[in-house]
Amino acid sequence: MGAVTTDQAAFRDELVARGLFLETGVPGLYGHGAAFEHIRLRFDELVTKAASDDRPELLRFPPLMPRRQLESSGYLHSFPHLAGTVFAFDGTESDALEQEQRASRHEDWTEFQSMTALSLVPAACYPVYPAIAARGTIPAAGVVIDAGAAWVFRHEPSADPARLQSFHQREMVKIGAPDEVHAWRDDWCARGLELLRSLGLPAERDRAVDAFFGRGGRMLAASQREQELKFELQVPLGGAAPTAVTSFNYHQDHFADRYGLVLADGSTAHTACLGFGEERIVLALLYTHGLEPTSWPVEIRRVLWEP
Amino acid sequence: MDADRAAVIRGVIGEFGRLSVDVDTITDSTDLFGAGMTSHASVNVMLALEDAFDLEFPDRMLIRSVFESIDAIAAAIAELSGEHGG
Repeated sequence: MGAVTTDQAAFRDELVARGLFLETGVPGLYGHGAAFEHIRLRFDELVTKAASDDRPELLRFPPLMPRRQLESSGYLHSFPHLAGTVFAFDGTESDALEQEQRASRHEDWTEFQSMTALSLVPAACYPVYPAIAARGTIPAAGVVIDAGAAWVFRHEPSADPARLQSFHQREMVKIGAPDEVHAWRDDWCARGLELLRSLGLPAERDRAVDAFFGRGGRMLAASQREQELKFELQVPLGGAAPTAVTSFNYHQDHFADRYGLVLADGSTAHTACLGFGEERIVLALLYTHGLEPTSWPVEIRRVLWEP
Repeated sequence: MDADRAAVIRGVIGEFGRLSVDVDTITDSTDLFGAGMTSHASVNVMLALEDAFDLEFPDRMLIRSVFESIDAIAAAIAELSGEHGG
């Protein structure tokens, strides 16, 4: 588990003490109190408003996806350490009895569990690509999908309140011709920055890399940085460095190749996505403006609560 | 350049590089990324080269340019093998 600063630890304790975060006993897994959730839902509406010019098509998926989709996505190549698959009981009646007895003593009962056809969704856009590919050729103007604020999973237990194992990622996806997809990604970098700054967040845009696994991952990260495939909006959140709260990702033909996303002229489509980490944005607001939203500056309250 | 070494590198690229063209049609200086090798495929090439040559690429070499052609890979391996002048 990664080390946290005293500032991050103190922030986490205050969030719990005020009922903004409800502790579960597992690092990175929290319930949300009412005040927290009110902010998150209002922010989600602001994203909907900011995205209205794109006329996105709304698609919603469960927080689980077919394991075969995860296997085809390349996720296990890039992020084997973050993925989660669903296991369930597979055995006889006596196995069930033994499992229950061991479980009730909190001992190891994994031998009675088998992998199911399900995995946890690692990013809200993952179910989108195969769903769009199944429709056939991509229309000439491309498509923009609003995948909503989906629950996503990352296996990275941490005492940092901003590093959650389960959180809402508000994602938008663009699939189309390379130039248009790249321009859409860059345009959203500016729109996202404007949105966060309108909430008084000292957000800055920076070139970024994903948390790829292992030595091969260092190579992927170097390549990603060199090609400027990922940008983040970062806000101070008590850590040694600012925390990423939004990311803008240009995948080139990575997903299109895997799922067969093809344009009307027969060429391979490109894809990009953007993701607002909603819990992190609420945390950034609480960290920046204080833990009592009723005391926030009036201009910030107006942006959130007086549309 | 050592012909055997180039042949081994070519074999690894043929198996793991997932080029969009036949590996026998490229030259030692062909841009592998231009020939369809993805970033992910380049990682598999890197790991397979480490197995084939029983070496470990240091962090400073885990970059795109080291794996962009058979020549570039051969130069990196020559350097790691303590050779000079490739």
